Amino acid sequence: MIFRSEASRGYTLSAPATAYVGFLVAAPLVILIAYSFWTQTYVTLDKTPTLKNYSEAFADPLVRHLMLRSIWIAGAVTVVTVALAYPIAYFIAMKVRKKTIWLLLITIPFWSSYLLRVFAWKLILGFNGVMNSALLMLGLIDEPLDFLLYNEFAVVLTLAHAWAPFAILPIYVSLQKIDPSLLEAATDLGNSPLQRFMRVTLPLTIPGIIAACLIIFIPTVGDYVTPALVGGSDGKMIANLIQVQFGAANNWPLGATLSLIAMLSVGFVAIVFVITATRLGRRIR
Amino acid sequence: MKRPSTLTAYAFLYLVFLYLPVLFLPLFSFNSGTIVAFPIKGWTLDWYRKLGEQDTLIQALWNSLGVGTVVALLSTAIGLFAARAFVRYRFRGQRAAEGLVMLPLVIPGIIVASSMLVLFLFLGLKPSLLTVVLGHTFLALPFSVSILKSAFDDFDASLEEASYDLGVGVFETFRRVTLPVVSPGIIASMLVTFTVSFDEFVLAFFLSGNQPTLPVYIWSQIRFPAKLPNVLALGSILLLTSVLLLVLAEYFRRRSSASEVR
Repeated sequence: MIFRSEASRGYTLSAPATAYVGFLVAAPLVILIAYSFWTQTYVTLDKTPTLKNYSEAFADPLVRHLMLRSIWIAGAVTVVTVALAYPIAYFIAMKVRKKTIWLLLITIPFWSSYLLRVFAWKLILGFNGVMNSALLMLGLIDEPLDFLLYNEFAVVLTLAHAWAPFAILPIYVSLQKIDPSLLEAATDLGNSPLQRFMRVTLPLTIPGIIAACLIIFIPTVGDYVTPALVGGSDGKMIANLIQVQFGAANNWPLGATLSLIAMLSVGFVAIVFVITATRLGRRIR
Repeated sequence: MKRPSTLTAYAFLYLVFLYLPVLFLPLFSFNSGTIVAFPIKGWTLDWYRKLGEQDTLIQALWNSLGVGTVVALLSTAIGLFAARAFVRYRFRGQRAAEGLVMLPLVIPGIIVASSMLVLFLFLGLKPSLLTVVLGHTFLALPFSVSILKSAFDDFDASLEEASYDLGVGVFETFRRVTLPVVSPGIIASMLVTFTVSFDEFVLAFFLSGNQPTLPVYIWSQIRFPAKLPNVLALGSILLLTSVLLLVLAEYFRRRSSASEVR
């Protein structure tokens, strides 16, 4: 009796949130799928079901190229961000006493507008930008470096900066959960600090690393602002193409198709990654 | 211990990496030259003065403030019920429900934006501030739910039971017992969700139609080099506002955790 009323209260109270999010996830998906089987010429929408968009998308080398590049860039961003962030998470979890202050310090820049942070990198890396002018003024270079902006490097650097807290926090949480007695046991059994890290600490933080990777990888594949601002033509990603279909090109069915293909590709890569990482984690242990 | 000093040095370098890029915006917003490069020509407040003269900017600011306020109220109200349900009650499918509510955090922005545009037009809603509100509420919900969950975590359920035992009704108990205790969490949630909406760009870019929010307005200005100093001044004000709001939110969040002791 009590359990039933508890459960029903739980359902009723959480219903607005789950219904709202559920509706806004499911309904657009259904319509997106419907759109992907329709065609559009200028403003008229032809609702005869067809696979034309899919065959067009798969045949177009540009789509394939941008999709692969998006996944490649997102992968690079994920690896760089997590590698840079792991020592910080370790530092805060293991070495610092004032943990909350450090956590706050890490998260404050994240709360500034994402658009403005990306924009700041555009100003820093530009040909006549902050970095080049500073290096020139210090006499370290004779002419501006032209490889800083408008390429994949700029995209990876900007996003490694933008996603920092997303990588640090999950790894920090998994480090916090480690039972100190396990570390002591490893030391007592004659492990060197490096061995102890490789055989105890690292395997136990694999769940945190996986979480960090997913939180970074998935949104990065669909990132629009960074490639548009600092990517140049070499750094364009799939999101930029999708935006063109919904904007200038005004071909919504193709845009919907590309969105779905992007979603499925991300999902596929993420699932493969989780399975491999979990297996790998078991092997280390 | 393996040379902790290297790690400490790395940590401080990392902080520089995190903060320096963002700090260039305010630095160059005081530069009297229009090119963002060293050396700085001279110091001026002109760019800030000129902000007030721009009508489209002011309109965009009002749009953003309005959207942010409604989003804060909506997402916090919905999040309040959900957080309470998740903390206080156990029910089948609870973990799935909690996962679902967190989903907006991980869906790529472009996919949320394009699919919502298609949905809203399908439902007959023209892109406007209303559609931006609906989209931002979706994005803000995970934030409000997780903040309010931690507020309810610290809430002693026996206080409510005592109130029921004394014959006070459900709504009266909520208003007089539950609400005052979790109110710092509510304020923190409203500040955070407001900031999420205030800073959000991609969804607003797709859904705002001809009613730009502030980030959409900034986006339209970024392309023109002549407008750059303006964007810097405006951006610096926004940075400062976001950080202040978030520090305030953190203060209230702490207070909600501390109330457990009392």
